[in-house]
Amino acid sequence: MALSLKRHGDAPVGALTPPRPAGLRKRWLAAGVLAVLVTLVVGVSLGPVSLPPGSVAIELLNLLPGVHLDSGLTEREIAIVTELRLPRVVLGLLVGGLLALAGGTYQGVFRNPLADPYLLGVAAGAGLAVTVVLTLGVGAGGALSGLPVTVPLAAFVGSLGAVAMTYLLGSAGGRSRSPAALILAGVAVSAFLSAGQTYLLQQHAESLQQVYSWLLGRLATAGWQDVLLVLPYFALTSLITLLHGRELDVLSVGDDEAASLGLHPQRSRYLLIAAASLGTAAAVSASGLIGFVGIIVPHTVRMLAGASYRVILPLSLLFGGAFLALTDVVARTAAAPEEIPIGVVTALLGGPFFVVVLRSARRVLT
Amino acid sequence: MTPSVPAVDLRDLRISLDGAPILTGVDLTVSAGEWVTVIGPNGAGKSTLLRAVGGLLPTPDAVRLFGTPIGELRRRERARVVATVAQAPVVPPGMAVLDYVLLGRTPYIAPLGRESAADLAVVHEVLDRLDLAGFHDRELATLSGGERQRVFLARALAQGATLLLLDEPTSALDIGHQQEVLELVDQLRRTHNLTVVATMHDLSIAGEYADRMVLLADGRIVAAGTPAEVLTEDLLSRHYRASVRVIPGPHGPLVLPTRPTRDGAVGAPDLGRDSS
Repeated sequence: MALSLKRHGDAPVGALTPPRPAGLRKRWLAAGVLAVLVTLVVGVSLGPVSLPPGSVAIELLNLLPGVHLDSGLTEREIAIVTELRLPRVVLGLLVGGLLALAGGTYQGVFRNPLADPYLLGVAAGAGLAVTVVLTLGVGAGGALSGLPVTVPLAAFVGSLGAVAMTYLLGSAGGRSRSPAALILAGVAVSAFLSAGQTYLLQQHAESLQQVYSWLLGRLATAGWQDVLLVLPYFALTSLITLLHGRELDVLSVGDDEAASLGLHPQRSRYLLIAAASLGTAAAVSASGLIGFVGIIVPHTVRMLAGASYRVILPLSLLFGGAFLALTDVVARTAAAPEEIPIGVVTALLGGPFFVVVLRSARRVLT
Repeated sequence: MTPSVPAVDLRDLRISLDGAPILTGVDLTVSAGEWVTVIGPNGAGKSTLLRAVGGLLPTPDAVRLFGTPIGELRRRERARVVATVAQAPVVPPGMAVLDYVLLGRTPYIAPLGRESAADLAVVHEVLDRLDLAGFHDRELATLSGGERQRVFLARALAQGATLLLLDEPTSALDIGHQQEVLELVDQLRRTHNLTVVATMHDLSIAGEYADRMVLLADGRIVAAGTPAEVLTEDLLSRHYRASVRVIPGPHGPLVLPTRPTRDGAVGAPDLGRDSS
């Protein structure tokens, strides 16, 4: 088809490139990758012993196969980089990426700007399941560093159960599932599951300390084994959700329309809910309850880079990771030598941000 | 496709939703290239009929599109045959016109795939055709009702289907935009050889554009034929419980709602006759 001039009548002369559909622009992808790399260097450099960022960057490059550069760091400092700080930063990247990705995915499948692993009760479901494992010793072990393998699986079951409850409760009013009803249902499910958790903890006071330090969201005890535990879930969740960005865009025009465009809306929805819940479960297992990442990051991406899920999901993954890992730097340095639980820091940031989202979502919710 | 094969063939279509019968045996044939408008009072089952023809309701053998039972079409195949513009389509926040219309190419894009240059070319052609070329980067939510309706139509056209289902395509528009949209549909029907099945509430306008009309009441077809055969005072007053006058117009009968009586009617307000 020949491009006619009149279509570009309002564009400046010489700007006759055909209009492009929304998609992930290279510069945004580059910005996301850069954010992750900067976070790696900053996150590893800062701590009780400050290390020069340049040397840290060289030491990180040395981890690549075939690279052997002299960073000037002592052996002890290299150990701090590779054994203490790097796994913590990497886990922060994975967990933050998963939470933001899950939030963006839930917002798409539920067509609800407020959907988030926490507001939907998914995290509470995962939290209860993990508490059951830790207090009742299911699967033995119980040490948080080196999580029992049963923990993420239990968390997945818990998160799926919770999202199913929220979905059913939120649609109890019949076909008119309003966005607000879904969130109210999520709040009710969260409260219900948290009550169960509180009861369990009260009955098992000996686990209280251990469970609470996990609940508040700590990456402090992270080691490579935690990274390895989360990695397969991270890969699976990312693969499924990122491949479905276009389907989420189609779903955004409504189920009937999506079906008449040849999609199977309910099948796509279930698959994506499962994937997002799996990601949430892995994140909660590894780092406890860290709220608001799933709201803050996807919305910021949406405002800056575009509303297509082909943009929101990959950028949420990258910027969500960078956001959480940098928040963790704040959590461990702001009141050094004490650490502030990272969940507290994200909540402090997320509360005010939530108000902004609520204001912009007013039209959708009423 | 031989011309004798009807675009839509409904045989004893029965639909119940949540146990309540909505359609209780509908037979209807729509020829290729024809415009058929379904009218009827609220709750008669018009939208349900359209959803069944669009393949959104399970109807094993009752619906045939161009000779093929709809159940035998795969979802993507079906989406290349029939396109639907819903009564009030969802307007996704932040989505630009170009991206919205591109969604119409979904049945041609492999699952998990992305749009090709050919898909983009089709969409640009449709946008040009509907005078929407300057709108490609406008956010859908910022458009006026008439513009938005044209974008919804553009998405359906981008689907490349020859059967177009329109559920109340003009209900949100003023009379000027109603005419504009329906003229456009009629033009497209002729140039693209489309078959149109629409539901409409405004009977006069419905009659001016349709080749044939179908009056649906209580889940059944109670009258079918040319606009002049269906838009009669007798049929309309009986099935709509309305008081109407039907007068001849240049392109079909014009239906005027008239108040049964003005003064002294039972239940009518007594407008100040005794106030002095």
